[in-house]
Amino acid sequence: MAIIEVENLVKHYKKAHKNAVDNISFNVEEGEFFAFLGPNGAGKTTTISILTTTLNKTSGTVKIAGYDLDKEETAVRRSIGIIFQNPSLDFGLTGEENIRVHAALYGVFPFRPLYRMMPKAYRDKVQQLAAVLDMEKDLFVPVKTYSGGMKRKLEIVRSLIHSPKILFLDEPTTGLDPLSRRNLWEYLGTVRREQDTTIFLTTHYLEEAEDADRVCIIKGGKIEKLGTPDKIKSELLENYLILDAPDRDKLRDELKRKKITFTETPQFRIELGKRSAQKIINEITTPLTVVKTYSPSLEDAYLEIIEEKEPK
Amino acid sequence: MYFDALATIAYRDFMKYVRNRPRIMFSLVFPAIFIGVLGGSFQSNFGSTIGFNFITFVFVGIVTQTMFSTTAQGLISMATDRDSNFTQELLAAPIPRFVILLGKIIGESLAAFTQLVGVVLIATVLGAQVSISQVAAILPAAALVGLMGGSFGVLVMANIKDPEAANQVFPLLMFPQFFLAGLFTPVRHLPIYLTILSHVTPLRYAVDLLRGIYYQGRPEYAKVVTSPAWINAIVVAALFVVFLAVGTFQYSRNEKNK
Repeated sequence: MAIIEVENLVKHYKKAHKNAVDNISFNVEEGEFFAFLGPNGAGKTTTISILTTTLNKTSGTVKIAGYDLDKEETAVRRSIGIIFQNPSLDFGLTGEENIRVHAALYGVFPFRPLYRMMPKAYRDKVQQLAAVLDMEKDLFVPVKTYSGGMKRKLEIVRSLIHSPKILFLDEPTTGLDPLSRRNLWEYLGTVRREQDTTIFLTTHYLEEAEDADRVCIIKGGKIEKLGTPDKIKSELLENYLILDAPDRDKLRDELKRKKITFTETPQFRIELGKRSAQKIINEITTPLTVVKTYSPSLEDAYLEIIEEKEPK
Repeated sequence: MYFDALATIAYRDFMKYVRNRPRIMFSLVFPAIFIGVLGGSFQSNFGSTIGFNFITFVFVGIVTQTMFSTTAQGLISMATDRDSNFTQELLAAPIPRFVILLGKIIGESLAAFTQLVGVVLIATVLGAQVSISQVAAILPAAALVGLMGGSFGVLVMANIKDPEAANQVFPLLMFPQFFLAGLFTPVRHLPIYLTILSHVTPLRYAVDLLRGIYYQGRPEYAKVVTSPAWINAIVVAALFVVFLAVGTFQYSRNEKNK
């Protein structure tokens, strides 16, 4: 069942010359990990802002968790959690106070003026989330003393406190150290498994999107590609084999003789297509010093799409 | 239904005030100057001829002004929240927009109430006739004035995005009201154009409301109060509702329509 339904979505900012989001349509299934990728200015944050009710669309229809974005805003908001691209914290409050404010805004826990007066379930959940991101010691100091990475961690803890059905993550790991990034993704994996949370991610770290169920690549406000990471990679890029030999002339002649097409870079690059690397290597008798197979990453596919049609 | 959200937003704004020591200190300078310098000077020059104590007269005016302008200007946080991006957190929450703004108004009104403690102490030291029972009697009306001042701030801030611009606009909106509302001088006998301007000044009804309650049953009542307290209370309450409704509408529209 689709938990996010977007049809013919258009956003035209006042005084802008063209649409920031230009008639896009897509669905996200319940429990799906959906990566929404694109270069800066492609329309990712605009789309997320519309889906999370903080920005009006120009036209189109959007349904989130079965609720119409135009008619049932509050129900939509109750179903979602958001980590914004820019920290949306109150720097004058402590980390825990920011979380407490969030919990009360979402009606998850009653508001109390002091942490120790909050229900035990709240305190346990805060400590559990803080432990995942290794920030228990920093919870009770003002956010203005936090580093950029700490602020990001706090936003993540805060967004998970109300166990949303859909989690919108707008570049969530920007500024996080590798260990915290890994901990976060492990935790999000647990959340997905246990609560069937749908994840809608934008990121510039494409390896984070490799595990996505589907990837949507947007450019200039339009969808360029939509599909599983494997499908996108296979449609765009070939696997290839790299060979080299001390006697390059002999290898070149042998490849030509056996009608194996190649390009010299100056090593010999052979597109595999549906052939296996093993079969090609077995055919070659010239002594080799380099044998490498290459499988493209999502990043390679992404860059190929993004660089297409770019003015040189 | 949205009590927890309302309480947490109010708490947040109140805590920001409590933790801002320069703002607390500065907020007491203004009342001290006006009660001491202006009230004291008028009392010395005209006190014997006008038939009421000028320091006390100015004191009640300053109580009203404190509730009105502290709360109104506290709503500049609508712009600073936008600058720090905290507005996103508020706007994405599953609560009606008026709850966000009413919570901020209540938080700023609480901040104004703490300021009143200082105003009362300063006025007592400077020679105002301050009676605890009379001060207690005006507190509910002072709360209503805080709400109206806050909703006035919402209406202004719904249309201003830049905190610096807001800091320039508020004195322009406030100072004329201080004089037209009769904070320092009675408004019973004014030229016709000032009478008209005075009647379109929201603060006028707030000042007259608090004076009406403070001077209730005292011989000076007729000299310092222009309308019955219940009429002023209705006007102040109505202004609160209208300012909040229009301000909320404009805020919601301006935040989402880009």
